[in-house]
Amino acid sequence: MSGQVWVAGGGVICGIGADLRACLEAFARMEPGMQDMQHLRSIHRGVLPVAEVKADNDALAAQAGLPASVSRTALLSKIAAEQAWASTGLGSLAPYRTGLVSANTVGGMDKTEDFFGAYLQHPQQGRLWQVLHHECGSVTELVADAMGIRQQVSTISTACSSGANALMYGARLIRHNIVDVVIAGGADALTRFTLNGFNTLMILDQQPCRPFDDTRAGLNLGEGAGYVVLVSDAVAAQLPNGPWCRLSGYANANDAYHQTASSPEGTGNYLAMKGALEMSGLQPADIAYINLHGTGTQNNDESEGKAIQRLFAPYYPAMSSTKSFTGHTLGASGGIEAVFSALAVQQGVIYPNAHFAVPMKEYPFTPATSFSKGNRLTHVMSNSFGFGGNCSSLIFSGFN
Amino acid sequence: MNIYIQGTGCVSPQDTTVVEPFLAGIREYEGDRLKAVEPDYRQWIDLKLIRRMGRVVKMGIAAAKLSLQEAGIDMPDAIVTGTAYGCLEDTGIFLSRMVAQQEEMLTPTAFIQSTHNTVGGQIALLLGCHAYNNTFVHRAFSFESALLDSMMLLQEQAARQVLVGGVDEITDHSHRILSRFGLYKQAPVRNTALLQSHTGGTIGGEGAAYFMLGTERNVRTVARITGLATIYKPADEQEMDAAVEAFLAAHHCSSGDIDLLISGRNGHAGENRHFTRLEQKLFQGCAVAGFKHLCGEYPTASAFATWLGARILHGQQLPQGLLFSGAAPRQLDRILIYNCYQGTHHSLILLDRT
Repeated sequence: MSGQVWVAGGGVICGIGADLRACLEAFARMEPGMQDMQHLRSIHRGVLPVAEVKADNDALAAQAGLPASVSRTALLSKIAAEQAWASTGLGSLAPYRTGLVSANTVGGMDKTEDFFGAYLQHPQQGRLWQVLHHECGSVTELVADAMGIRQQVSTISTACSSGANALMYGARLIRHNIVDVVIAGGADALTRFTLNGFNTLMILDQQPCRPFDDTRAGLNLGEGAGYVVLVSDAVAAQLPNGPWCRLSGYANANDAYHQTASSPEGTGNYLAMKGALEMSGLQPADIAYINLHGTGTQNNDESEGKAIQRLFAPYYPAMSSTKSFTGHTLGASGGIEAVFSALAVQQGVIYPNAHFAVPMKEYPFTPATSFSKGNRLTHVMSNSFGFGGNCSSLIFSGFN
Repeated sequence: MNIYIQGTGCVSPQDTTVVEPFLAGIREYEGDRLKAVEPDYRQWIDLKLIRRMGRVVKMGIAAAKLSLQEAGIDMPDAIVTGTAYGCLEDTGIFLSRMVAQQEEMLTPTAFIQSTHNTVGGQIALLLGCHAYNNTFVHRAFSFESALLDSMMLLQEQAARQVLVGGVDEITDHSHRILSRFGLYKQAPVRNTALLQSHTGGTIGGEGAAYFMLGTERNVRTVARITGLATIYKPADEQEMDAAVEAFLAAHHCSSGDIDLLISGRNGHAGENRHFTRLEQKLFQGCAVAGFKHLCGEYPTASAFATWLGARILHGQQLPQGLLFSGAAPRQLDRILIYNCYQGTHHSLILLDRT
């Protein structure tokens, strides 16, 4: 247990852009990614807006260098993981002891749900290749195998906090000197399974979502993948352009309140943020920006807001939910938002919160509504909270 | 830093929820699927909850509760779960209805419980445990990843008592689909004859095994976990052998120091060579015990093997019907578990008597 863990780079593909640069441009232009479904086949097309990646499986497969028959989640994962590694400028992965720690929530469900139509007609029907990569871990292995990563390959699934937990585990593999480099984050493609699941919970907004707005009425689902490259001190010293920032603190806590709902006090949220602050040795006032979990549901934003009030009052940092652009990308969200947060430290970016108009009555703070660059953001917090009471908070810090 | 198992709990196709007598007899089955012997859950879970919970969740809670009870711990500092398949039963229910009803008239219960971290989340909910909670879903490394996470937490002194386990269930859907991949025996086989089988395929299994881990040895200590390694898709036999030898060297022992090798052979003629090579080349002369004729084959079966190894060390007794080759060891100080899943996922877990 020694040394720092550095963010050497990052990659994102999601509903607002095929790479990180395109995502930043979408934020600057205030263009959220929610639209009518183009690629997912569902009876909810035209009713429930989603933030889809704007490419079909054939195009993604060609870009990823994987067969179009594998899960869209694997395609998205490979594209973002490769972009993340390329952004470090380190060249070949071969010289490094490398891990891939990836999160997802439903594995190859996009293919399994296609399989089930024929299979339910007759148990010997349905094409087996569609369920070959059903397991969450199988999606990760498709990417690891394609990138030649073998030392540590693992998959985490803790619902909507999965991606953040992947970063925590990856950072600890480096601090324990098990590997030098970890590509950590998450991926999830839209599926009818998750769309209908969230729809039965009645937390999907038929309008573009409005996180932390008093009129918010639920979330919009999105899809994508996001990975950071975490490296040890020794590897950070070799980075041609230097690291983006450090991963200075992280914590996971459990709300232990309900399988899907957050406690009204936001107990788990509070404990995760507080734990991350303690690990990084910071005070609440040191945090310059929070990338909120901010799903736009009544329950999440109220609980998250309560925990923020308890921890930060009376001085609140800038904050926003980038899910108002990307939609809630579930297992990918912790990874995507980690990339945005790490870049926020490096480039001083405060991301806007789209569709915000009416402040929540309960709280004195409001999210940022415009894009700005060049802010001095020494410490940035990223929150991810999920089903099963799973709450995670990460802190990214500058080093000058 | 030493890491000790302070308590164990296991739900499996054998009578494992009762610690004494330890595997007095092996339950015999005929067929290609071993179903867990489920305990009366009412001793741990409210009846109203039992009716709503999926089997995998109940098995996980039972095993977790048993290990907490044996360790004398009410509240762990962390809960870490490994499950390759997650909550298959509820996933299958929601998926089938969604497809059959063409996305209409659906209810949320099965979806809510289909999330992969439901077992870990429900244990936390039941205990009121706000501590670290993580779930690894990485195929046949799910339990191994959970164990590595737990050992790191203890080494970081981020936790003093970690509850860690592995759990997976079979459902009718999963068994039917995995059968179509040719994973299981075509002709009926008795589980007690599985390891001597000369045909392809194995028997599917399921179960949950949880452990309380701590760093201080006490009167309740069951065994010590000395080492853990995973080897993913080794390029060739040389790489595999080198990894095993490096593992032994890292723990200052040689193959001669291993009193018992618990081997993950599963009766699949096509996979025997992985085990035979290791048993005969690297651990020649070492007593070898099998375990998949007891629990069946599933990605987190290594958690069952860890339970078995810990109980053998603690009781200093190798139950009847486990020895696969060699002579029953007179003394049991050190056990190595070698598992290999589908020829691609190899893991080693080293246990010591305390």
